[in-house]
Amino acid sequence: MSVRGTEWIGPYVLLRLECGELGPGVPGQFFMLEAPGQLLPRPMSLCLAPPGELAFLLEPIGPGTRALAALRPREAIHVLGPLGNGFDLDVRRPLLVGGGIGIAPMPYLSEVLGGPPAILGFRSERHAEAARLLPGAEVVVEPRLVTELLPGDPGDVLACGPEPMLEVVRQLAPAAQLAWEAPMACGYGACYGCVVQVDGHYVRLCVEGPVL
Amino acid sequence: MSVPLLNASGCLDALTAPEVATMLDAFVTKTVTPLPREGNPPPRIAEVDGWMLNSIGLQNPGLEVFATSVLPRLRDVGVPLWVSVGGFSASDYRTCCERLDELDGVDVIELNLSCPNVEEAAETVVELMRASRGATSKQLYAKLSPATPDIAELARSIAHVGADGLSLVNTLRGLALDRETLRPRLALGPGGASGPALRPIALACVHACATAVELPIVGIGGITLGRDVLEFVAAGASAVALGTVLFRDPFAPVRIRVELEEEGRARGYGSAGEIGRPVPGSASTSRSYAD
Repeated sequence: MSVRGTEWIGPYVLLRLECGELGPGVPGQFFMLEAPGQLLPRPMSLCLAPPGELAFLLEPIGPGTRALAALRPREAIHVLGPLGNGFDLDVRRPLLVGGGIGIAPMPYLSEVLGGPPAILGFRSERHAEAARLLPGAEVVVEPRLVTELLPGDPGDVLACGPEPMLEVVRQLAPAAQLAWEAPMACGYGACYGCVVQVDGHYVRLCVEGPVL
Repeated sequence: MSVPLLNASGCLDALTAPEVATMLDAFVTKTVTPLPREGNPPPRIAEVDGWMLNSIGLQNPGLEVFATSVLPRLRDVGVPLWVSVGGFSASDYRTCCERLDELDGVDVIELNLSCPNVEEAAETVVELMRASRGATSKQLYAKLSPATPDIAELARSIAHVGADGLSLVNTLRGLALDRETLRPRLALGPGGASGPALRPIALACVHACATAVELPIVGIGGITLGRDVLEFVAAGASAVALGTVLFRDPFAPVRIRVELEEEGRARGYGSAGEIGRPVPGSASTSRSYAD
């Protein structure tokens, strides 16, 4: 897929690709993006799906994400997807909760759900610049945490963020739909690398999740 | 030119990706052990300097669930089946081979004698092969480690106790550390290293064994392009299996077949049998040495 462009948003990069024949899938699903010069592709959930485009929010912290962030317009990469199971959109009172780079799937999810309330948390004001991808969201910066803002009756929580955040969300809202992350080699069930423990057993996040 | 293409064990699930499995000439299962195994804790994979490291730990549902629940569904995929078996003793290998021997639809049993991520059996590879041979009349392939000190001698020994073929090679044990914390990136520390950098190591093993024994050899290790397949055939492989490349490109079998055809034709080969074996002292290059 051809690169349309990249855009820095605070410490994050929004990578915009021509969608070609690939559909955006269900919010929370992910795509495997070829990272130039790397052996393995990187899993990224879809952030935005404007007409003709798939856009991914990434945080350049390692060789793969840095290679993706360095892509130039008209360069091409292989993309596989959409993969995995996204959010169940049959919800009555959705509340979106995102932390850090875990806000990545929230803009597309918000669009599909018609702009429900959202709470986003970041570790610095600079990281919080990414909140502009989700206008109207309530934003907190550490030391305040998104989980402190969850109402007593939070409704149908759909969350993505670092594992400690998701663990607390699950305690406060046991029925919450949580989008998890794991290192992945293939994204389609072949490698058994991305397991997470569910009910005492390891399951493949790419096949059973990433929304669990 | 046609060279049978398989997947390397543990690099494809024919039930989640049947459309990929049907691109292959045979599907090799993930290793089955007598008892179910949860596998190793995550993180299980990491990429470092062009290598992939994995430490899955032979996660599998166990022999009985495999035989009664998984195998029937694998048969429905419609490709010939190789079942990879593993264990921690000669008795484990014997148990697996006896059970699989009774089952239709198992074309070949591949003995995983070289997983770098679990404890090794106390018995030698030769003893494990002998125990397995006594338990089945099905075709038995031995999958060996590239870290074997004298792999040609081992190939002779297991041929002597009844191996029908060799799968060369498994991954090589490696360790990746986090650059910041200097702690292992995989939960259990080391893992099996794979990827294109394994290819010359695998080629050396294939070449050594093809010179030592008459057994058919499945070449495995870093195959990414059609021309890589030609190299394995030249070294003595009669089939090849794809591993890490399937993770980045599930359509690799189709692409590699096309490339193989083109590369073979460009070199004037009509069939794999026309590719001569390299012999010591026959070094050659078609280009400048300074490539």
